Amino acid sequence: MKTKMKVLWLSAISCNGNTHSFFNYSQMEQFLEDFEFIYHPVIDSKYLLQDIVSQDIECDVLLIEGAISKEFKRADLSIVDIIQRYSKRVKKIVTVGTCATFGGIFRESGYEKTSGLHFDQEKRVDTFKSLLDKTISLSGCPVHPEVLVNTLYAIKKDITLKVDEFLRPKEFYAYTVHNGCTRNEYFEYKVDNHNFGELEGCMFYDHGCQAPFTHGSCNKILWNEVNSKTRAGLPCMGCTEPSFPRQNLFSTKKNMAIPEHLPVGVNKRVYLTLAGITKAFKIDRLEKKLFDD
Amino acid sequence: MLDKKQLKKEQIIECALELFASRGFYSTTIPDIAKSLKMSVGNMYNYFKSKDILASEIIKYISVYLGKKLREINEEDISTKEKTRKIVEMYFKTASVKPEMIDYFLRIYLSNREVFRDTCEGMLCVNEFVTEIMIYFEEGVRCGDLREQDFFSAFGLFMGYLGGMVFLKGEDILPKDLNEYVEDITYNIYKALSSQ
Ligand code: SF4
Ligand code: SF4
Repeated sequence: MKTKMKVLWLSAISCNGNTHSFFNYSQMEQFLEDFEFIYHPVIDSKYLLQDIVSQDIECDVLLIEGAISKEFKRADLSIVDIIQRYSKRVKKIVTVGTCATFGGIFRESGYEKTSGLHFDQEKRVDTFKSLLDKTISLSGCPVHPEVLVNTLYAIKKDITLKVDEFLRPKEFYAYTVHNGCTRNEYFEYKVDNHNFGELEGCMFYDHGCQAPFTHGSCNKILWNEVNSKTRAGLPCMGCTEPSFPRQNLFSTKKNMAIPEHLPVGVNKRVYLTLAGITKAFKIDRLEKKLFDD
Repeated sequence: MLDKKQLKKEQIIECALELFASRGFYSTTIPDIAKSLKMSVGNMYNYFKSKDILASEIIKYISVYLGKKLREINEEDISTKEKTRKIVEMYFKTASVKPEMIDYFLRIYLSNREVFRDTCEGMLCVNEFVTEIMIYFEEGVRCGDLREQDFFSAFGLFMGYLGGMVFLKGEDILPKDLNEYVEDITYNIYKALSSQ
């Protein structure tokens, strides 16, 4: 019998959104042949949380979902202590989702000093400094199930993942979400004229799309294997970034007509020069509905 | 080699600017320009294939010239109010040392749009200049000095005002030198755009 990799899914201050996202993984049976949850808050598992906190149970990977505060307890023990205890024995730690990585939405919770494992938004947090080398960050609200599962397989197969400054695997986070959106043509020619949910128009200019400055694979590894937010007609809300959630997610913040946040690595002068050129032309095809005659 | 050709092009542009300013745009021909540069008309066409092309190259030349000056101001570490003053000063200075440039911009480019229709769609030929003005506005709003508003309402206020003053000067209507208005005009523009 092949050995299954033992995984502990620890839920901190969280909405279980990543758990639900994970349940949509399409090859779950296969996954469960290769991995075993010693504990998971929703799936039946071998041990109770009480066993986990009172004994030292063998474990290979620690998954943390949700934001972290010393004040927050599970089975009467501070989540920080549980993490400390298991982090020593595991091979890798994975922060699952934006809350566990950067604090995310639950950074606003009432608990004292709530943050991600190593980051409070962009700032480094030193509590778990010694674990930096062991950690992989998978941000996203929620994280895409394939990103999670493929990372776990990489760990199982001892593949070294190259990571970015926030410890996110470049394989999934070196791209911007803008990459692969079906609206790229509209972006190029600066045509927004979008109505939410419709196929036409790029939402960067007026409707708040953050994809050009958000790292992730949403338009490369589609959701439920069929679609992405931006393809479907909803702006990317930047859920993989330390700044998530920003305010006013459905409109583009501008300073005298210039978007406050520009595509990653594009300086203002370059952006405006290009914008000036493309704005000069009107492409009729892009102003029309795609299917109406 | 390229530099030499570029230099010659600039010479032609400078000469054409002067002739357009003194004799008028429509009554100045390519042969006139060639003659005053002691060039053959045939050679002249090696540089600019038509008068319309020359006309749009001139406006680009002016836009690059003004854009460069504006960029220097934008890159200075000074308040938006100071930048406003420097832009006004720069514009008036250009109007007095290179009057034919501003004259061309106001009287030829803005008044004969049909000449520029094919080569200068939208603001294509004045991109460098407009880009820097946008950066001035954007940075002003971002740091809280200027009020957020539509770009064109701000642009029209700023450039329309400056253009109007230079126009009055050109018509010999202004009683004083342009420089004497810098203080008041800066105050007016800044007050109109400011977030206070
Ligand atoms: S809608 Fe968003 S992701 Fe799509 S092209 Fe526009 S900016 Fe890019
Ligand atoms: S499209 Fe943007 S907001 Fe939506 S899941 Fe992807 S990164 Fe998050």
